[in-house]
Amino acid sequence: MNIFVCVKQVPDTETKITPTSDGSFIETASIKWIMNPYDEFAVEQALLIKQANPAANVSVVRVGSVKDTEALRTAMAMGADDAFLVEAADNLDSYSIAKALKGAIEKSGKKPDLVLAGKQAIDDDALQVPQILAEMMNLPSVSVIVGFELNGTTVKAKREVEGGALEVYEVATPCVFATNKGLNTPRYASLPGIMKAKKKPMVQLSLADVGVSDADRRVKYSQFRLPPEKPAGKKFDATDAAKQKEIVAQVVGLLRTEAKII
Amino acid sequence: MDFSLSSEQREIQDLAYKFAKNEMIPVAHEYDEQGKFPTEIFKKAWELGLLNTCIPAEYGGSGFSAVDGVLICEALAYGCMGMNSSFMANDLALLPIVIGGNDAQKKKFLTPFTEEFKIASFCLTEPGNGSDAGGIKTTIKDGGDHWIINGEKMWITNAGYANLFVVYGTIDVNLKHKGISAIVVDPKSPGIEVGKKEDKMGHRASDTRGVRFNNVKVAKENMLGKPGEGWAIAMATLDHSRPLVASSALGGSQHALDLSIKYSKERNQFGVAIAKHQAVQFMIAEMGMKVACARLLVHKAAWMCDQGERNTEIASYAKAFASDSCMQITTDAVQIYGGYGYSREYPVEKLMRDAKLLQIYEGTSQIQRLVMARELLK
Repeated sequence: MNIFVCVKQVPDTETKITPTSDGSFIETASIKWIMNPYDEFAVEQALLIKQANPAANVSVVRVGSVKDTEALRTAMAMGADDAFLVEAADNLDSYSIAKALKGAIEKSGKKPDLVLAGKQAIDDDALQVPQILAEMMNLPSVSVIVGFELNGTTVKAKREVEGGALEVYEVATPCVFATNKGLNTPRYASLPGIMKAKKKPMVQLSLADVGVSDADRRVKYSQFRLPPEKPAGKKFDATDAAKQKEIVAQVVGLLRTEAKII
Repeated sequence: MDFSLSSEQREIQDLAYKFAKNEMIPVAHEYDEQGKFPTEIFKKAWELGLLNTCIPAEYGGSGFSAVDGVLICEALAYGCMGMNSSFMANDLALLPIVIGGNDAQKKKFLTPFTEEFKIASFCLTEPGNGSDAGGIKTTIKDGGDHWIINGEKMWITNAGYANLFVVYGTIDVNLKHKGISAIVVDPKSPGIEVGKKEDKMGHRASDTRGVRFNNVKVAKENMLGKPGEGWAIAMATLDHSRPLVASSALGGSQHALDLSIKYSKERNQFGVAIAKHQAVQFMIAEMGMKVACARLLVHKAAWMCDQGERNTEIASYAKAFASDSCMQITTDAVQIYGGYGYSREYPVEKLMRDAKLLQIYEGTSQIQRLVMARELLK
């Protein structure tokens, strides 16, 4: 059985994000990269399947810069068998990424039985790649799953919907799942795991290798900038009973004209 | 010259810091307050391969360098200096076997620590002998086909939980240093009495007890090296263990520095964050400088171990500087937190209590200076 896990490398949650001076992207030089936390649930699920089916092969796939390969190395240190890295700029859009992932999976020469990915990446929060990928691969998919059970060639997947109710799906493999928090508890990469990961194969591909070109880009970023700083709050002194009516009218007026929330 | 860590070392460090932040810091306060031994966390750290870093690969260890060892130790001490004392005590106890043991002893005593979660104690200090370790009174007498141990040990880390003791005694008190011998002892041996848990100022999660040996019989083959070689083994052990203890002081210091930076940006006085006041900035600058210096010394002392160079002088600088700095840094962290720093609801008073022990155990700051002077003036 071949399991593919798509992972993204994102800035550590404690990183202070600054846009580049020309606003074309964010400064990446001093960023500490980590595996997207939602992808950790996907890796863990793949490893749980492998534990129950020792013959299963777990491949991790990533599209992004090759300068730092933290996310793939971590996944292999956790127990994944091999990795595929498609070299690309870190600001690719969801469509190009999905197409590159599909291309890399095809290039691996292994027929996928399961494709897993985090439901969203915590950097751009687009929540699109797993679904686009499933469409491109012409496979069924369930997103935001919190339960996963594999029985032969059928997966019973659970997803949370509004109001705390659960939807239960039965899907025939091959299929794609986007994982959510609560699915499992990702393991740590152990130290022996880190040592072993060094000897595991990491195949590097270019965007051209996987059939992606600039023409595939659907979204172009026009500018990156920090949100404007919040202006200081205003205080109204309403202790004088005689003036209260007037002050209330003033506050209501400002909420209408300035804050525009009523 | 290259100050950078390898990518593998960065991964090791990341894992250890992740473990410290996720598994240790959230519960450190509770374990400290209740003086609870961290068995579960200890075991989890072992499962991830974070413990017993001194065991060579040929005996089942991960084959870590001394530099790898101090990176891990720093991170775990960042999580909790008290818990880390217990973790580190395993290495302290196993190092004499790594250094002075023969092949059969290493297989017999080290390998089980790689196969199963086990705890060890290093039994050197006695009620009447701390800094003057050469004045050991515990005796190891020849009983024909076995050794017989009599005496009392004090401040033994992990004593209540240990699966293995390494005990220092003398074959003849009159021989002074030349009589000192190191021997591996099963803590369940008849005649061993483990005392009550000491109620300490800091490192309260760590288990510390007295141990009494009453005619304890130990197999002949458990002696490390020849009788009388214990002092040399103990000294060589210290060259390896001082960088470790120094790195745990470094971890505590880094934690105090990080907390101070964070708090000083949050706390406002006179209309601005206290980080804007030069009085606070100077304290933080001083902390940063000491952390950076301690880290250089720790890494160099460990690196010298890996190069097979004698590191006695640098290791003493590292141990004394890192632990004295840790005391100063944690004291200043309490100062920056002000009244809140003195409260047990905030994390810095624990760091200050924990820091104090680092100036005392594994050679006091004063003994380190004696060692430095001896090296410089010889």
